[in-house]
Amino acid sequence: MANPKRKISRSKRDKRRANWFDDMKSNQLVKCDHCGEQKMPHRACPSCGYYNGKSVFIPKNA
Amino acid sequence: MRHKKRGNHLGRTSSHKKALMRNMAAQIFEHKQIKTTEAKAKELRGYVDRLITYAKKGSVHHRRLAFKFLQNKEIVTSLFEKIAPVYETRNGGYTRIIKLGRRKGDGASVTIMQLVDFEAGSETVKKEKKTAEAKKGKAVKETEKTPEKAETPKVKGEVKEAENTEKTSEKE
Repeated sequence: MANPKRKISRSKRDKRRANWFDDMKSNQLVKCDHCGEQKMPHRACPSCGYYNGKSVFIPKNA
Repeated sequence: MRHKKRGNHLGRTSSHKKALMRNMAAQIFEHKQIKTTEAKAKELRGYVDRLITYAKKGSVHHRRLAFKFLQNKEIVTSLFEKIAPVYETRNGGYTRIIKLGRRKGDGASVTIMQLVDFEAGSETVKKEKKTAEAKKGKAVKETEKTPEKAETPKVKGEVKEAENTEKTSEKE
C-alpha cells in the first residue's frame, strides 16, 4: 500500500489550514457601470441588463 | 488519452450533437440572438463562422454545403442574401457571447449569443433601423425608374417583419 513517507509537520499542516477559508469565500463583485448595482465581473448586469455600455436584455422587473 | 481531441460533445451522441448544432445554427440565423448555455454557445461558434464564410463565398457549391448542414432553404437564402453582405469587411468573429450568470436549478452558465452587427439592444436597434431605412431609401432611389408607389409599402412590410423578429429574439 502507498503511504506518506513523512509525517506532515505542524507548520505545513497549519499553513494549509490558514488558507483554506479564503478558498471558500464567494466571488468578488463589481459595480455596474450603468446602474451602479453590484454584479458579477465579466457578466451582463442582472438588474439593468447592460454589458459594456450596451443593453443586452430587458430585466423582468424593470 | 484525449490527445488532440477537439471540441465538446456536450454529453451527446455524435448524431444528437450534430442535430443540436444544426438547430441552434438555424435559430441564430433566424433570430440573430439566442439564449443558451456557455458550453453550447462556445461549441456553436465554429459552426456559425464556417456557415457565414460559405455565405460570403456565395457560390452555388457553397450554398449547397450550407444547405447540407442547415437543411432549411429559407434560412440558407436569408444567410446568403441578408447576413453575408453585412460581414463583407469582417474576417471572422461573427458572433458575440455575453455571459449572464448561473441558471437556477442546474447552475449552468447561461449566455446570450448574438450575431455581431445584428444586436437587438434598445439603442443599437434604433441605429440599425435608421441605417436599414437609409439603405432601403438608397435602394429605392437607385431603382427610381421603377414605380415608387409599388415599392414603398413593401419596404414598410419588411421593416415590420424585422421588428417582429427582434421582439421574439428579445423574449428568448
